[in-house]
Amino acid sequence: MDLDLITNILYATIRTGTPLLLVALGEMVCEKSGVLNLGQEGMMLLGAVAGFIAMYHCDSLFIGFAVAALTGVLISLLFGFIALNLNASQVATGLALTIFGTGLSAFLGADYEGKTVEALPELALGALKDIPLIGKPLFAQDAIVYFSWVLVVVVYLFFKHHRGGLAIRAAGENPEVGSSLGLPVMRIRYLAVMFGGACAGLAGGYLSMAYTPLWTENMTAGRGWIALALVVFASWRIERVMLGAYLFGFASIMHLVAQGLGLSIDSNLLAMLPYVATLVVLVMLSKDKERLKLFEPMSLAKPWHRNN
Amino acid sequence: MKHLVKTLAMSLALTTSLGAIAKDTIKVGFVYVSPTGEAGWTYTHDEARKHVEKKFGDKVSTTYVESVAEGADSERVIRQLAKKGHDLIFTTSFGYMNPTIKVAKRYPNIKFEHATGYKQAKNVGVYFDRMYESRYLSGVIAAHMSKSNIAGFVASFPIPEVLRSINAFTLGFKSVKPDAKVKVVWVNSWFDPGKEREASDSLIDQGADVITQHTDSPAPVQAAEAAGIYAIGSHSDMSEYGKNAHLTAVIHNFNEFYEQRVQEVLDGTWQSENVWGGLNTGMTRLGEFNEVIPENVIADVEVLTTKIASGELHPFAGPLKNQAGEIMVPAGEIPQDSELLKMNYLVDGVEGKLN
Repeated sequence: MDLDLITNILYATIRTGTPLLLVALGEMVCEKSGVLNLGQEGMMLLGAVAGFIAMYHCDSLFIGFAVAALTGVLISLLFGFIALNLNASQVATGLALTIFGTGLSAFLGADYEGKTVEALPELALGALKDIPLIGKPLFAQDAIVYFSWVLVVVVYLFFKHHRGGLAIRAAGENPEVGSSLGLPVMRIRYLAVMFGGACAGLAGGYLSMAYTPLWTENMTAGRGWIALALVVFASWRIERVMLGAYLFGFASIMHLVAQGLGLSIDSNLLAMLPYVATLVVLVMLSKDKERLKLFEPMSLAKPWHRNN
Repeated sequence: MKHLVKTLAMSLALTTSLGAIAKDTIKVGFVYVSPTGEAGWTYTHDEARKHVEKKFGDKVSTTYVESVAEGADSERVIRQLAKKGHDLIFTTSFGYMNPTIKVAKRYPNIKFEHATGYKQAKNVGVYFDRMYESRYLSGVIAAHMSKSNIAGFVASFPIPEVLRSINAFTLGFKSVKPDAKVKVVWVNSWFDPGKEREASDSLIDQGADVITQHTDSPAPVQAAEAAGIYAIGSHSDMSEYGKNAHLTAVIHNFNEFYEQRVQEVLDGTWQSENVWGGLNTGMTRLGEFNEVIPENVIADVEVLTTKIASGELHPFAGPLKNQAGEIMVPAGEIPQDSELLKMNYLVDGVEGKLN
């Protein structure tokens, strides 16, 4: 294996991991506030199709991605209304959202099948991209990849040092107590849900405008579900979410590269690799059940209303 | 008198069941496995449906149902179409085979045509195209355009249909460049744009400068366009996704076949058949050629097309060796259709495992 190939593998790893990272990040924040939104796949698809349509007509990537994120937010508000205001089961509402999103995106995108847009260009950071091995993977990516890193840092710092992070955690651990202390639990949960929606929409937009610049029905191919699993296995810790997303990306790429190299491993086994590798690593990280419990938001997926 | 009525009724029943009655107008139903979209397998069937509508005008009305899941769901849809008085029903996915046969038994007067399957009945015909013939031609073009002599093949599942595609492409490629390699990557999916894109990128990283595919999304063509190399589309024209990269596409075309079958039902001459149409019927063919393909190559391909259509040249004619070097088809022999339908090996020159 030569250096170029390894560089390209790392580069592709980051690209493949980025949509997962974005969705998982949004869902993690959402779950920390005590809300389980299983509608990631649906929000991604709607973000993907809306962003693509906006991009197709306005020919502006900024508008495209803004519309993608905004669509995610709008749909997450729908989820918020049903799950938070009406106190419906979060699991059922999330599942319904996925089914709804899959159908609606197919309907909206029907006229755009077979069309294509200019892909999000690479944004090479000066001379840094010429560093051997890590230059291309780290410094010759597109804007959304950099944005996802900024977002990771911001969210990390937010939970570590900002009062807002604490408020979100309080809403997720014990909304009753949080509320009696004067925290606007409902508003916190809404904001967390909206953040999750924006991330999922953006991730969808990344698929339809950067990763494979086209729209086809159901193009997310289950990535929303993988992201959901990542959050649990990463035990709601952001650095592990990032690790898991890239690990999954790396294993997915190796499945393909290994075949091209003619390694004599069954491709069905290789196809399992991303799932197995991610599972094994994250399970090992969170093998201590007691500690895992410490990280899981206590009131996750439990409906809560001020009056009850 | 009673006797006469009985005979009349009997003969009427007989002729109806044989379908030998000409009709003025008929209704034709289509069942699709995916949305009609702008490209791909279902798209080609829907194009053929539109062709039939245009051709016959008021004499034929068509109905289609898209995104019908294989299995129990499809049985309900097919039964519904039969109940609503369709005279001819095309079921266009492999998984509709048993439901089609089942419904056909209940409705002996209705004609059914099932694509890609192998179960025939008195009122159920089967049809498919010999895509491998076009694959061979596309391999020839790819070889002429390749400089690295490495082609990349993004493949879905190791079933005979896909193996025929890979093998025919490789044999076409090697007929021009005997030392060439075709690298295969299985993505274990019919449709996953992200995965197909990454598979193509990894093949390009490993030296492939022509990419082709037996999957449904146009992502490989986009990957080729982004990398500045060539691609060959699959199932329908994909040039929209890579104006420079897209050399041509391997295309299904059911227009004439559907027209013919509908005409036969109108005439009352329809009979159950097993049709495996090749270049000679136009059921499979290459799409538009990219301008970058030199004229002598196109001329070459045209000669080969005629030869394959006439039977003078068979893509899988012996001697044919598998990857291990074992003779699969002895020199001077042509494999039977039944052998082709069961193909379970990769030919010499393919780099990659069977699964």
